[in-house]
Amino acid sequence: MSIDESTAARVAKLARIRVEEDALPALAGEFNTILGFIEQLNEVDVEGVEPMTSVTPMRLKRRQDVVTDGNQRDKVLANAPDAREGFFAVPKVVE
Amino acid sequence: MSDLNKLGLAEARDALRKGDVTSVELTEACLTEIEAAGALNAFVHKTPEIALERAGAADARIKAGDAPAMCGLPIGIKDLFCTKGVPSQAGSRILEGFLPEYESTVTQNLADVGAVMLGKLNMDEFAMGSSNETSVYGDAVSPWRRGNDDTPLTPGGSSGGSAAAVAADLCLAATGTDTGGSIRQPAAFTGTVGLKPTYGRCSRWGVVAFASSLDQAGPMTKSVRDAAIMLGAMAGHDPKDSTSADLAVPDFEAMLTGDIKGKKIGIPKEYRMDGMPEEIETLWHEGAEMLKAAGAEIVDISLPNTKYALPAYYVIAPAEASSNLARYDGVRYGHRAKLEAGDGITEMYEKTRAEGFGAEVQRRVMVGTYVLSAGFYDAYYNRARKVRTLIKKDFEDAFAAGVDAILTPATPSAAFGLGEMGQADPVQMYLNDVFTVTVNLAGLPGIAVPAGLDHQGLPLGLQLIGRPWEEGDLLNTAYALEQAAGFVAKPGKWW
Repeated sequence: MSIDESTAARVAKLARIRVEEDALPALAGEFNTILGFIEQLNEVDVEGVEPMTSVTPMRLKRRQDVVTDGNQRDKVLANAPDAREGFFAVPKVVE
Repeated sequence: MSDLNKLGLAEARDALRKGDVTSVELTEACLTEIEAAGALNAFVHKTPEIALERAGAADARIKAGDAPAMCGLPIGIKDLFCTKGVPSQAGSRILEGFLPEYESTVTQNLADVGAVMLGKLNMDEFAMGSSNETSVYGDAVSPWRRGNDDTPLTPGGSSGGSAAAVAADLCLAATGTDTGGSIRQPAAFTGTVGLKPTYGRCSRWGVVAFASSLDQAGPMTKSVRDAAIMLGAMAGHDPKDSTSADLAVPDFEAMLTGDIKGKKIGIPKEYRMDGMPEEIETLWHEGAEMLKAAGAEIVDISLPNTKYALPAYYVIAPAEASSNLARYDGVRYGHRAKLEAGDGITEMYEKTRAEGFGAEVQRRVMVGTYVLSAGFYDAYYNRARKVRTLIKKDFEDAFAAGVDAILTPATPSAAFGLGEMGQADPVQMYLNDVFTVTVNLAGLPGIAVPAGLDHQGLPLGLQLIGRPWEEGDLLNTAYALEQAAGFVAKPGKWW
């Protein structure tokens, strides 16, 4: 599987990372190196093997479906680059 | 007492209990060393006020006769741990200015038993790297050098600041985290001890996430005994981490008898790599001989899927990272790019992440995005998870055949020079983790023990891999190896 510049651009878009046009050929090259390395996995016979979901066999614990946290608005907003009137502020989303 | 910063945890604890020294004295000795060690770039956020306040409280506690093992001992904390009110950036620009409103469970556990935080330690950005060269703070530098050659060397990564600080005696011990080898490789590069516990032994709550199914915190120390002491303080069940194991934490230190008679130690033939320096092969052989002389039985074993561990890791870890790092959006915390008129929310995300993430992090997030994208999920991600199942089974088969621990080299080379590892090909750097990454994929405990010096005078380590949840037994085998190897070399002070 070889990645061209348009695929690299699409991946960057999906990852929400701006990549300038002139950086795309180098990025595609790096992807190809890494994916080339990963291709070795095709040598392994994985017929009938279950994909791992949990490395240690454990049952996730359950708890009562009740509120355990809250009323911490100021703490939640304390690190926001832009917070106003008790909300996170972002550029206009809806026209 | 002089050179208090050079003490290990056990010695300092004993001196504190005897009243030979105070925590404030220990802490001041470390703070003085840290101030003079700017050239190592290990401590990136210093917290002397917090340290002295905690030291004073610890002294009062010791005087009152209420002194847990870590009480009053000054340590460094990797920047990946969230520490309340103290910068916690994971070595990244995107978390610039972030001051957590909460404390990670591991650092809280350490604070509860009276440990003294000296500051935050350098690391590769988001723990992605093997040389501490991807950090926003710049490279951490190893205190070790090749003889009289003053080329700056890497302390390893991603816990490079932790390794440099412990090796240079800037602190008594440090926390690290290990996703593919980030505790054990830097420990091996700096002649220190690094333990990655079983997945689930230490809570991940409040530790900035890289690859959640692989990440595990652990101690980086000057001796195996210190690792046992510190693991006991860090570990324990935490309801805030659903993958934290609800198991009792044994007294690991009490399990250090040095008696390994009758233990079966496996030597996996697949860890004999082409191009590996002969010195490492020799050291590995010597390590096996030492364990044999101590009464262990050495058996050849096979872990047939070893070769596929790194490629599987470089699917699974980036996939999880791409998901975990989606939270850095410029909205809730950290850096937000300056926007131009007319920029909408998509431009805000894209510019923020382009400015905030370094090259290696961007690369891994995008590789992860690719392997999870429609059409490739089965070919890459699911296949890698199946291979992971096989890698874990390799270990299970060995343990089922009666093997108690597995001995391998810790790294395929000694520490390299900063900037020496190919910039062009990221895969070259990834190969550093070839012996350690299998352990994360299988969720097992692994420990790097310093075992010798190479021809350049640089430390080399051996790795022991144990059964799940049997860190106590693993530490005891490591203790026997440490005793036999008798590694005492320290870097000459140039900084």
